[in-house]
Amino acid sequence: MKRDNIKVSRREFLITAGTLGTGFSLGLYLPLTGCSLPSDNSSSARLSGQNFLTQNFSGQSNATSPEVNAWVVIEPDDTVIIRIARSEMGQGTLTGLAQLVAEELECDWSKVTTEYPTPGENLARDKVWRSFSTGGSQGIRGSHDYVRKGGAVARHMLMQAAAEKWGVPMAECSVANSVITHLPGGRTGGRTTTYGQVAALAAEMFPPEHIELKNPKDWKLIGKSVKRLDTDDKLNGKQVFGADLQLPGMLNAAIKACPVFGGKLKSFDDVKVSKMPGVRKVVAVEDNAVAVVADTWWQAKTALDALPITWDEGPNASMSSASIDQMLDEGLTSSDNVFVGNQKGDVNKALKAAVKTLEATYRYPYQNHATMEPMNATARWTKDKCEVWCPTQNAEAALKATAEAAGLSVKQCDVYKIHLGGGFGRRGAFHDFVTQAVAIAKQLPDTPIKLLWSREEDMAHGHYHPITKCKLVGGFDDKGNLSGLHVRISGQSILASVNPQWMAKNGADMFTFQGFHAEGDHAISYSVPNLRVDHAMRNPPVPPGFWRGVNINQNAIYMECFIDELAYAAAKDPLEFRRQLMRNHPKSLAVLNAVADKADWGKAAKKGVHRGLSVINTFGSYVAACAEVSVDSKGKLKIHRIVAATDPGYAVNPQQIEAQVEGSFVFGLSALLYGECTIKEGAVEQSNFHNYPSMLMEEMPRVDVIVMPSGGFWGGIGEPTIAVAAPAVLNAIFAATGKRIRQFPLKDIDLRAG
Amino acid sequence: MTKLKINGKLIDIDVEHSTPLLWVLREQLGLTGTKYSCGIGVCGSCTVHINGEAVRSCTVPVSSLSASQDIVTIEGLSANNNHPLQRAWKQLDVPQCGYCQPGMIMSAAALLKNNPNPSDADIDANVTNICRCGTFNRVRRGIHLAADINKQGINKRGKSQ
Repeated sequence: MKRDNIKVSRREFLITAGTLGTGFSLGLYLPLTGCSLPSDNSSSARLSGQNFLTQNFSGQSNATSPEVNAWVVIEPDDTVIIRIARSEMGQGTLTGLAQLVAEELECDWSKVTTEYPTPGENLARDKVWRSFSTGGSQGIRGSHDYVRKGGAVARHMLMQAAAEKWGVPMAECSVANSVITHLPGGRTGGRTTTYGQVAALAAEMFPPEHIELKNPKDWKLIGKSVKRLDTDDKLNGKQVFGADLQLPGMLNAAIKACPVFGGKLKSFDDVKVSKMPGVRKVVAVEDNAVAVVADTWWQAKTALDALPITWDEGPNASMSSASIDQMLDEGLTSSDNVFVGNQKGDVNKALKAAVKTLEATYRYPYQNHATMEPMNATARWTKDKCEVWCPTQNAEAALKATAEAAGLSVKQCDVYKIHLGGGFGRRGAFHDFVTQAVAIAKQLPDTPIKLLWSREEDMAHGHYHPITKCKLVGGFDDKGNLSGLHVRISGQSILASVNPQWMAKNGADMFTFQGFHAEGDHAISYSVPNLRVDHAMRNPPVPPGFWRGVNINQNAIYMECFIDELAYAAAKDPLEFRRQLMRNHPKSLAVLNAVADKADWGKAAKKGVHRGLSVINTFGSYVAACAEVSVDSKGKLKIHRIVAATDPGYAVNPQQIEAQVEGSFVFGLSALLYGECTIKEGAVEQSNFHNYPSMLMEEMPRVDVIVMPSGGFWGGIGEPTIAVAAPAVLNAIFAATGKRIRQFPLKDIDLRAG
Repeated sequence: MTKLKINGKLIDIDVEHSTPLLWVLREQLGLTGTKYSCGIGVCGSCTVHINGEAVRSCTVPVSSLSASQDIVTIEGLSANNNHPLQRAWKQLDVPQCGYCQPGMIMSAAALLKNNPNPSDADIDANVTNICRCGTFNRVRRGIHLAADINKQGINKRGKSQ
């Protein structure tokens, strides 16, 4: 119930805190798009601002009305603006989160739009939108509870406003599709109003202290395959990505950092390029890079390519893939710096007592995220303010990087988020591109600077999927049961380099054991009586990062291919062998059975076509795949079809889950077929998509997606399926050729049978 | 000064001769729907039409072009986001991050123009754009759907005549 004193305080709150509508202090100008080129056909179209329209930027508030609460703004025309804290990078989180809010809000879905709040506003409002971090397949499963509550609270306040307006008890009112109806005591008819008509009053209501969420069986919008909210502008070029941003007076920067990891900038000869067209300034950036600032990016890049630069290559100049492999090989048998991730029974005893043992060693290489949109950020620095526009998976981390680089407090800074042209983990934990953009902007005060990396720079300065090797030893008892399994991972820890504060007290990186944990979101799917999974941490000086799927990608290959090896060693069918070990893992078993059934496992495939299985529990979801492949006499692999099953607990938007599952095969199979960054003389050898290829349409198999939500939990979607892609195909390749491939990618490997 | 015909309009461009068409579109004309990703003609994100053919604009210096050529960018593909491919893409929710999609659509549009009923093999051979999100299967379905939309349009026009 509204009270005057509460009403006043709430109004004050809105005045002081409700800056979203005006938070975009610089104003934003977007390039004139559509076919409306300059109307004067003969005029010269230099970049001088005359071709730019003032528009609202998709990442900024369009709201003209006061918010109902932090999550919901409703305009007089019933437009519903839902605030989304997590980032949209293709994975559909924006639409899924809006569905969660709208489910409880009971609004008209056709009137829903979205906007991003800024991290600065989040801090100013005591983190009302909570986490902005978009990774670990957490977008929906990490915020489903509080965003639904946000919708439910807004609904309550809107209904309360209508009830007060009419002077009736709220209990006599109902709502559907943004229309509130007063219908007491079984009467027919009844008066109605809409959210838009009561939103201003609702904004003055005091939020309820407690709100019930719907029972999942009553959901109408959650679980529905509604269309994405962000498609239209992605079809005609209107979607503005960070790389596309144009601000008045903006200059463009191209950058080159020392290609050798850990190397420094020694000197550069800017006289050689300062007279080149458009060049404004050549600047050192931090201690390891140099940037050219010019009117256009093409001018900046052209001058940078011509700029004589001397590097101090530092201590890693002799590092190579071979020297890294040596480090990892030593770790396969060492007892130094070894951490245990999962242990049960006595594996040494079991392996000693085994009547038969099997051993295999696998290797998984460095890989680049290779987002289609290279790293970029636009920064404007003055001595008391710094603003950054950038694609980021974690706007709060971007804000921190901005403030640190700017030499200002976070309160003097803000970050305006833009949809990402791919993220895959590259734009979450790392904001090196933001730090650089601010460092450049600081040298040209009050001038917006757009820093865009070339593809070559993006390939040379990734935060790479870490490199590991893995030796597995399995033993069978005299009854033919798998009695012991020792998994030794040797290689790079991501946390040691990126988030040492997340490491265990004993120094272990528990993320390394993703998919091997005893329990939880990344638990092993098999019961082996004597098990030991350990990690010899070996950290080469190549910067590692979270790469979509993180450590599950290689761990799933290690486990699922070796399980297949064990099945064959035991002369058992790979499906039956897994089933025997999965009795205590019913959800994993269910997805495995689903793909086996759909793929007709056990029945003969088309001539020359062979099948392989894999199953994993990761990011809180259960996924399985059955791949069908053939390998011709020349060793050419064709992946015909993959059947994939996912149990994410609750499925918010099944058609988007299908899209993520299909896309995960492109990411996972591109890695398997082509993905490797090799190191020579301290630097990455690959430079662009010609020598770091990605899968193309012609290689894409048919994918049959089974979405089988069993309810009761919230699992991730964007990453789990990547993990089953490679092992399913590898196991099918073995079925086709009798060859076990244990080093990747496949592009360099002879797949001919025999 | 170079004169170019872009999306049906003649425009004077004052730029260094070696500048690739991609950067003329993006930085001189504000047509940022055409994307930079690889810069070496491999990924297809910068695909535009020159005289109806799909061309990777990052490797075409502006000095090699003339006003006699029809250059069409994603912004000029349709007036109201209603090219059959755009309608099909919308119906199937094809884009994920969307960065490669203008190039993908322009490659597919050139294919459909030359081959109104492409087979899967035709699609494989002609749409060789990289998409890291992995939209390929929906792109393929989208091209077939757009071909169907085109056919229905022709049938309808045929009946009404």
